[in-house]
Amino acid sequence: MSTSQEKPVESGVNYLNATYGIRSWLLTLDHKRIGLLYLGSITLMFFVGGMAAVLMRLHLTEPQGALFEPETYNKLFSTHGIIMVFFFLVPSIPATLGNFLIPLMIGARDVAFPKLNLMSWYIFITGAALALYATLSGGVDTGWTFYPPYSSLYSHTQVVAVALGVFVAGFSSILTGLNFIVTIHKMRAPGMTWFRLPLFIWAMYATSLIFVLGTPVIAITLFLLGMERILHVGIFDPSVGGDPLLFQHLFWFYSHPAVYIMILPGMGVVSELITAFSRKKIFGYAFVAFSSLSIAVISFVVWGHHMFVTGQSIYAGLVFSVLSFLVAIPSAVKVFNWTATLYKGSISYEAPMLYALGFIGLFTIGGLTGLFLAALATDVHLNGTYFIVAHFHYVMVGGAVMAYMGGLHFWWPKITGRLYPDLWARIAAAIIFIGFNLTFFPQFVLGYLGMPRRYAIYPAEFQVLNVMSSAGASILGIGYIIPLVYFIWSMRYGPPAGKNPWGAKGLEWTTQSPPLTQNFEEIPIVTEDAYNYASEAAHV
Amino acid sequence: MSELAHGAHPQGFAHQFEDVEQQRDAGRLGMWVFLVTEILFFGGMFASYTIYRALHYESFVTGSHLLKVRFGATNTYVLIGSSLTMALAIRAAQTGKKKGQIIFWLILTMILGAAFIGIKLHYEWFRDYQEGLIPGVQWFYNGPHAPGVKMFMCFYFFMTGLHAIHMVAGLGILTVLVIMTARNKFSPEYYAPLEISGLYWHFVDIVWIFLFALLYLIGGRYPGS
Amino acid sequence: MSNHSEQSGPVGHVVPVSTYIIVFISLMAGTALTTGVAYIDLGRWNTVVALTIAVTKMVLVVLFFMHVKYATGLTRVVILAGFFWLGIMITLSCSDELTRTWEIVPQGWNMIVPLVSRLF
Repeated sequence: MSTSQEKPVESGVNYLNATYGIRSWLLTLDHKRIGLLYLGSITLMFFVGGMAAVLMRLHLTEPQGALFEPETYNKLFSTHGIIMVFFFLVPSIPATLGNFLIPLMIGARDVAFPKLNLMSWYIFITGAALALYATLSGGVDTGWTFYPPYSSLYSHTQVVAVALGVFVAGFSSILTGLNFIVTIHKMRAPGMTWFRLPLFIWAMYATSLIFVLGTPVIAITLFLLGMERILHVGIFDPSVGGDPLLFQHLFWFYSHPAVYIMILPGMGVVSELITAFSRKKIFGYAFVAFSSLSIAVISFVVWGHHMFVTGQSIYAGLVFSVLSFLVAIPSAVKVFNWTATLYKGSISYEAPMLYALGFIGLFTIGGLTGLFLAALATDVHLNGTYFIVAHFHYVMVGGAVMAYMGGLHFWWPKITGRLYPDLWARIAAAIIFIGFNLTFFPQFVLGYLGMPRRYAIYPAEFQVLNVMSSAGASILGIGYIIPLVYFIWSMRYGPPAGKNPWGAKGLEWTTQSPPLTQNFEEIPIVTEDAYNYASEAAHV
Repeated sequence: MSELAHGAHPQGFAHQFEDVEQQRDAGRLGMWVFLVTEILFFGGMFASYTIYRALHYESFVTGSHLLKVRFGATNTYVLIGSSLTMALAIRAAQTGKKKGQIIFWLILTMILGAAFIGIKLHYEWFRDYQEGLIPGVQWFYNGPHAPGVKMFMCFYFFMTGLHAIHMVAGLGILTVLVIMTARNKFSPEYYAPLEISGLYWHFVDIVWIFLFALLYLIGGRYPGS
Repeated sequence: MSNHSEQSGPVGHVVPVSTYIIVFISLMAGTALTTGVAYIDLGRWNTVVALTIAVTKMVLVVLFFMHVKYATGLTRVVILAGFFWLGIMITLSCSDELTRTWEIVPQGWNMIVPLVSRLF
């Protein structure tokens, strides 16, 4: 908090107080308000999904299961997965921070299609409402992957309603992705060339590509599943010549890239945070930018590694295994470049930076354990165990959610115009980091020892590690509630933030906080590269 | 940049853009990106069809012979005609023809589109229903390769059904375009809604070109095929 | 784009009616041809011919009716990306579905031939 010398004062008109009333929010075409509508909706979904997780962990404190019937447990983990993946992680950073920041960062007044943007939010809440309705009216027990023939022939739960919810929510992703692609191509301010774009924009562009190219396929897959379940025509029923693995191919054609929908925006956020808090230009801008694109492309050719032990041809397994290792290259490029950026930087440890550093460490663990699973032989041992659970939580929670929290903390002063209490934010970041590791590290061990995932009971010798994991989950839960409290507190009582509380580079920091409805009084003209912190040092 | 950018903005100009050219480019790119999502949406079906056809070749050929190729071909002609009239409607707007002429081509496009759906419903799906060829609804087929033929007919109905839904959506869009034209919304400077709706309409036509080839023709219709 | 070439009007390219008519006639002829060929026994070439004609028809529609012949490189990249990703989906799914029953590993080019021939 160095550069804002004069005491910031409350600004006058901004996008939050320009108009009042519920109608002005529900019919808004302002990308910033739509971002906040998404923020509210996905926060609700996050706590619903989190509640399911906490109940599962409580249940697993005892080997015979402490709380629920096995059927109920099945519904809990399915609900947790479906809500968290489709209704929190996929829209998390793109729909909130992406919506809020893309026009600000590229110097535009709004996204290219504001009405589509609002429509995508309505589509999202329609899908979310369907999924919540299905959860409350009996739930679903197929796991988030909906594998047939269990989901199509045997499950007696609300498969169709949930699948319909996911189907509908998918169109919101498609519209968001389409909007972002066109916005980034066509709405950049004068002088904002591709290689002056903040790396967050590159990451959002890569994410949008996956939205647009992958999401339609999950839509058609769930359509086929729904038809199969309603009409029993046999598309995925092996007894009449159908192939259940075809479902898995189509499902993972989307759902593997969807993992990168979750992590790529996080990588974009971390690139912003690392540069801002080490006061340095990013190391190897072009490499970081293109690694986002290559991750997006490669993510589409690796999906078969989810199917090594489900009966896929071993020849296809070989191909997918080799291709899967390729993803490690651009991911490692990013990690190395962030580390190189930190080297000899003037690092400060404000709350967003703590999340960013946490991200780098946890994502590296999550990514490296992914290599074990991409190798055909070790996968046979580890597939279907808690090792997988730990691996993808290190990537999705340790990676994506950490980055999301870091991004929220970084841009919160811009979004609300207020500062949150920094000490509390640092404490919360530390609690989340500790709680996270205590929850999920024991699961690597459990998985390696052979405890399968998705079981309501387990052998008694696994109890110590399970209790550790459950204890971690409760710490993690507290860690997530603290920011909720101080964020809400700061909206009313936080001190005004001023234009640029972090002294960061980027067009979003050149306008007032909170920004005007039209973002900039005058469309800026860009004359320098992103992260030009060196010039500032020269001035001092 | 266009001179229209400053001063009085033409009809249909949205505030978030700098000038009409940027708006037009954005609209076009948006529609093309949307069509890519459509390629992959139908693509999931095409991929499944390709795989199942490879796994159950004989059944799929048998199933293909149950389709009414005469009406499939007729519908292909009809749709190609509607693509021509759509292109001519846009051209009429581009070259500043009277609005009556634009509306004439649009209505003709709608008539051809409606004819497509009519033929599909009356001569194909309704007869399929009578012959018991609709899996899960009305199914009496007990000739050779019954399970595989059922699979084929599933794909036939899903693919043509999704295509028909897109046709109906297209007719809705055309209705809106007719109303907009009647209200003098379009000029040679601004006809973007016509243009990007045209892209959609041609795309739906292309999907049918492939459906016709894949469902009705491949495997051959010759005796003994 | 401040100065436009002679052919393109102020807003987008105006295609002559005669071009549209020629394309239309070609498409109609293509449909007649592909329908007719289906009644001739060409073995597995029937599939190849039907798909070739379909692709040709598609290219005509895309280039002329959808004005891609006069469009920017970006539009072309977008379209090609769509087909490229569709190709990924079909190819890699087939890499499993069509090799699952292999018992003896075919060698060299012999791997490719049985794989591709199953599609036609």
